[in-house]
Amino acid sequence: MNGIARPGSGAANEGGRGRALPLWKKAKPTVKLLASLAATFLGLLLVTFFIGRVIPIDPVLAVVGERASPEVYEAAVRQLGLDKPLIVQFALYIKSVLQGDLGTSLLTANPVLEDIKRVVPATLELSTVATVIGVVLGIPMGVVAAVHAGRWPDHIVRLIGLFGYSMPVFWLGLMGLLVFYGKLDWVAGPGRLDIFYEDIVDPVTGVILIDALIAGDTEVFFNALSHIILPASVLGYYSMAYISRMTRSFMLEQLSQEYVTTARVKGLSEGRVIWRHALGNVMVPLITVVALSYANLLEGSVLTETVFAWPGLGFYITNALMSADMAAVLGGTIVVGAVFVGLNLFSDFLYRIVDPRAK
Amino acid sequence: MKLRTITLAAAALALVAGFAAPAPEARAATPKNILVIADKIDDIVSLDPAEIFEFSGGELARNVYDHLVELDPRNLGPLVPGIAESWSLADDGVTYTFKIRKGLKFHSGNPITAKDAEFSLRRAIVLNKTPSFILKQFGFTPDNIGETIKAVDDYTLVIKTDKPYAPSFFYNCLTATIGGIVDMKLAMEHEKDGDMGHEWLKTHSAGSGAYKVKSWKPNESYVLEAVPGYWRGDAKLKRVIVRHIQEPATQRLLLEKGDVDIARKLTPDDIAAIAKKPGIKVESDLKGRIMYIALNQKHPILKNPKVAKAMKYLIDYDGMANSFLRGQFAVHQAFLPLTYLGELKDNPYKLDIEKARALLKEAGYGDGFNIKIYVRNDQQRLEMAQSLQNTFAKVGIKAELVVGTGKQILTEYRARKHEIYLGAWGPDYPDPHTNADTFASNPDNRDEAKLTGKLAWRNAWDIPELTRKTEAAVIEKDTAKRAEMYREIQREVQKDSPFAIMFQATIQTAMKDNVKDFITGGAISDVYYWTTSK
Repeated sequence: MNGIARPGSGAANEGGRGRALPLWKKAKPTVKLLASLAATFLGLLLVTFFIGRVIPIDPVLAVVGERASPEVYEAAVRQLGLDKPLIVQFALYIKSVLQGDLGTSLLTANPVLEDIKRVVPATLELSTVATVIGVVLGIPMGVVAAVHAGRWPDHIVRLIGLFGYSMPVFWLGLMGLLVFYGKLDWVAGPGRLDIFYEDIVDPVTGVILIDALIAGDTEVFFNALSHIILPASVLGYYSMAYISRMTRSFMLEQLSQEYVTTARVKGLSEGRVIWRHALGNVMVPLITVVALSYANLLEGSVLTETVFAWPGLGFYITNALMSADMAAVLGGTIVVGAVFVGLNLFSDFLYRIVDPRAK
Repeated sequence: MKLRTITLAAAALALVAGFAAPAPEARAATPKNILVIADKIDDIVSLDPAEIFEFSGGELARNVYDHLVELDPRNLGPLVPGIAESWSLADDGVTYTFKIRKGLKFHSGNPITAKDAEFSLRRAIVLNKTPSFILKQFGFTPDNIGETIKAVDDYTLVIKTDKPYAPSFFYNCLTATIGGIVDMKLAMEHEKDGDMGHEWLKTHSAGSGAYKVKSWKPNESYVLEAVPGYWRGDAKLKRVIVRHIQEPATQRLLLEKGDVDIARKLTPDDIAAIAKKPGIKVESDLKGRIMYIALNQKHPILKNPKVAKAMKYLIDYDGMANSFLRGQFAVHQAFLPLTYLGELKDNPYKLDIEKARALLKEAGYGDGFNIKIYVRNDQQRLEMAQSLQNTFAKVGIKAELVVGTGKQILTEYRARKHEIYLGAWGPDYPDPHTNADTFASNPDNRDEAKLTGKLAWRNAWDIPELTRKTEAAVIEKDTAKRAEMYREIQREVQKDSPFAIMFQATIQTAMKDNVKDFITGGAISDVYYWTTSK
């Protein structure tokens, strides 16, 4: 009968769909994610590109100087492709980005990708150490403040935090240098390394602390550490202030919950109640706070980088902006965008580990 | 009790984390044979001598590339042999012959020949970068360089200019950065799309100077390494490290701690404070930048010569130089910077309110008038403008400041729309013609001529006679006579011109007192590292 053929073809059909559907289902979120990432980056570049083209700084003047003759100027305009319509310029730019070419920086004469490879590790290194300092100090301080809310430890923590919020980072950096480098001689001065240690360790990651460990050169490692500790502490102070405030308010909320009372009634030690139960529950929102402050450090450390002569991303982008070096600005924008996206994904991932419900 | 333990633990943790810096090592001073300099070097955009037109880039090139003829750092002024051991000008006034010294080598080991010199100068013309006008003013074009710049054998270079110029003018231009002699073989090994090695030379060096570029990290540092066997004698310091330190306060701290030997971009306050510290000395040197005010001759009042003269008596030259400009500018009232050929040391004007009042009365402006001063939004220039406002007010001249970004103000100035302009002028190459051509030459005063590069045109100062004199000076063969001609021109500009030249820039360099012979090059040259020892 037909009945035999039908189920057969049906089975074949279903089988076919059955193989296709789960694949699509599996791929769908990834495709969606990729599409939204692409849209995000395209939008980011579009805005940066057009802002860069309307600011009243002439990128050609940055290359040829004020006294260039008209013909030299024209030649530079053509060479930079600035004689083409804006939209064509943008399309050409996107095309070369897709081919992995971020262009050449006007200021450094280097390919932007090479510049970025050089400056990003410096910033990553600084921000990471700063965030570690911020977390290691900020969370316990926040907890202590919450536990002693309204009493002197709370006031001290608030005072320290307030100081961190209100001092200009520029001033704090200079004072730090003056005291800990100039007077006390506890740390090394500006820069990432003493000059004589430069170029000793082969760059593998670009992060000197890690490269020195890979090479097994403890002398370079400690020199790099003594250089980074001060700028990282200055930056870390700010994230500490922020993290401790947030920890305090999260903790206060938890400490007033019933499960805390229950735990106490059950006779759990106060330390276990606070550090295990209450703190455990604020970990999820805290991760967001830490990730945010980390991202802020990555792009917002221009002034610290200036004071400490730290050749990082913030300094690079700012310099490029001032001279309308758009290839460099756009390259930097891609990196900052990628970092934000990456950190978001990473904190999502951390949620799942810390909070079983998110699985 | 538990809580106290926690508090204590947290506090201990804080202490450990905050002060876990490794034990302080005793940091010694910089090594004996290495010179470390804190400077601002973010203006470097290229290391190619055919393109360099920025201060820091010029300083680097000065120590990496040799020239046909050069200036002696210890006696800046007269020309000394470079890689050319002798040179001469034929009777026709246009044919120059350079004899290249034998036995010289580039850093690569390649011998230096006349071919390299031919290549370097032709290359500058073909690449046509900003400073190329310095050579192009002698009539070289990509089409004629095959004939005009020619190595006739390995050690003879013949150059023909389009018409007779003062030989000193030509030689001086060859000492500019763009005259640096490039290693042809090495550059052409790295040629890409017929760029004569330009892309590669932007970030590498191919010279024969006392130092070669070991590394350049943009906005971070460059390192020069001495090349043994330099023909002038080995450099005394094996390595020169120049670090980009943006912040003057940081530069000062590094110098005080002995982590750098020299700090080059300190503020006057830093200099004043650091000069008293033991072990540190401060040296001053002249630079080429001139500060002046210019009166637009299209303005009905300013075009009156008596008004212009009165203005020159209404400037508190000494007052400014001794207060907020101390250490950065010295009073100087001629358009050629001191140390240039034809320098004029007379400073005939000083603040004299009564004289100015009398002149204005004669001109019919005894009660003063209203005027605008165009000035860039820069602390030092604003202070100068305010000083002018004060002294002008004493004779009833009400000056209003028009403040804008450098670009805005310059646009007005180049369009001849200003009234009084306050600004700076820096020479482009080490020959008096660079400034004479702009302050004392205006071949076509019509608006359509658009001679925006000339300050005389920008101020609509019509000077056929003076223009002729400037043109005569640039072709005068007798150097002593030529110098005198420039002095004459400057006296005239001093006497009757819409320019009141006020100051010449000076720089102050702070260094460890063991640093010797660090020469910053005066107004006509750049820094020399190879003379320096410590």
